[in-house]
Amino acid sequence: MHLTDIREKLAARPDLTRHLAQVKEQMATCIQCGTCSSSCPNAGFMDMTPRRMWRAVLTDRVDMVFSSQTFMLCASCYVCTLRCPRGLPLTDAMAELKQVAFALDLDRFRRSTRFYRAFMDNIRQYGRVRETEMMARYFLAVKDPRVPMSYTGMGIKLMAKHKLHPHFPTLGPGRLGPLFERATQQQEQ
Amino acid sequence: MDYLYYPGCSLEGTANEYDLSCRELFKALGDCLTDIPDWTCCGATAAQCVDAFLSVVLPARNLALAEKTDTGLDVLVPCSACYLNLKKARQDLLENSALQARVNQVLAPDELAVNASVRVRHLLDVLSRDGAVDRVAELAENRMKGFVVAPYYGCQCLRPFAEFDDPEQPRSMDALIRATGADVLAWDMGGVCCGASTATTKPQVGKELVGRILDQAGDAHAVVTVCPMCQMNLERFQPRPVPVLYLPQFLGLALGLSGKSLGCDMNLSDIKPVLSRVAS
Repeated sequence: MHLTDIREKLAARPDLTRHLAQVKEQMATCIQCGTCSSSCPNAGFMDMTPRRMWRAVLTDRVDMVFSSQTFMLCASCYVCTLRCPRGLPLTDAMAELKQVAFALDLDRFRRSTRFYRAFMDNIRQYGRVRETEMMARYFLAVKDPRVPMSYTGMGIKLMAKHKLHPHFPTLGPGRLGPLFERATQQQEQ
Repeated sequence: MDYLYYPGCSLEGTANEYDLSCRELFKALGDCLTDIPDWTCCGATAAQCVDAFLSVVLPARNLALAEKTDTGLDVLVPCSACYLNLKKARQDLLENSALQARVNQVLAPDELAVNASVRVRHLLDVLSRDGAVDRVAELAENRMKGFVVAPYYGCQCLRPFAEFDDPEQPRSMDALIRATGADVLAWDMGGVCCGASTATTKPQVGKELVGRILDQAGDAHAVVTVCPMCQMNLERFQPRPVPVLYLPQFLGLALGLSGKSLGCDMNLSDIKPVLSRVAS
């Protein structure tokens, strides 16, 4: 995807633009010390270090932020949050960027966002996660055969340990459907 | 002591042995666990990546159910991710009365209301601070003598809330492990991230992080965990065979409980070296 596409997509969503402005405001006192980058267990997998990414957030470089996988690689270990000398809620802000990426539905984050979607649909329907069905739906939604294949070994092990529990899927509004519905309405008020 | 128990979804599925061993261990220690009736998912990692408000509503529903029992008991949570979600929601609700009012509007049609009065505690908090160490020492009779254990804490029971342990150099498992007669491996990897659910969608991350952790487990006979996600990753991405088991499984074995009752046939890593040690 071209970088301009991200700006266009955002321009069409004032709610997300506001959301990003809030994240920027939270980060306002960042002094770019890099403690977050040096504390992050996943920094080595990132195309941009957390410090650089926060700088991009602060300078409104949304194209840089959302063309990077950095925030999606945050495992919520909270080490940066613990160590940040400015006491910034870095891990929570990473989650907010994930929320924006989810809403933008950008193809490059599909592996993660399709997982979140499958998970949320699953608990909406059943109240508690049915892991076997959730993963099956994720594999269907991610539309990339390499993903289910990477789970084959794990699947066989889990089956051998009787840890896969296929249920018949049920239809209808779902166990938590009305609660989800009310939560959405509450936010629209 | 008595506790309200929130097992969470993993403990009904891939982490079933964590559930079995928790229940067995507390029974043996003389404590009573009562399940929160009708509990539902806390939102796990997914809710906070999708919808901030829902990520409070989902745990709040369970806090409301716990309050509704009118027992005043603490909520005991074995899963670190569930623990953090429930605790964080409780904190948010306590600090933000407008949020609490909005959440209560959503819960009201189900005849539920939350005021964040119940305490949320991780399994390790309870085991390390409510007197279990002495009872384990008494019942274990040094059964694990000569055994070296690497305590692995993971992240979310330690951070961001430094509730019961040092968030960078955790030690709360040490006394419990020593109470069995075993030695504690001195290592720095106890609170280093395993990749958590990032390893689910990006396996190369899990492989690298878990490799780094288990490489340091060197001389330990076993690694013990207190989180289903950590356990899953440490068993899934092993660079060499290392027995990994849940802390309540290890303590249960030390107390002489049967491997079967502790779900020791369900671990994905080969824990026979631990089982044969107890049998001999």
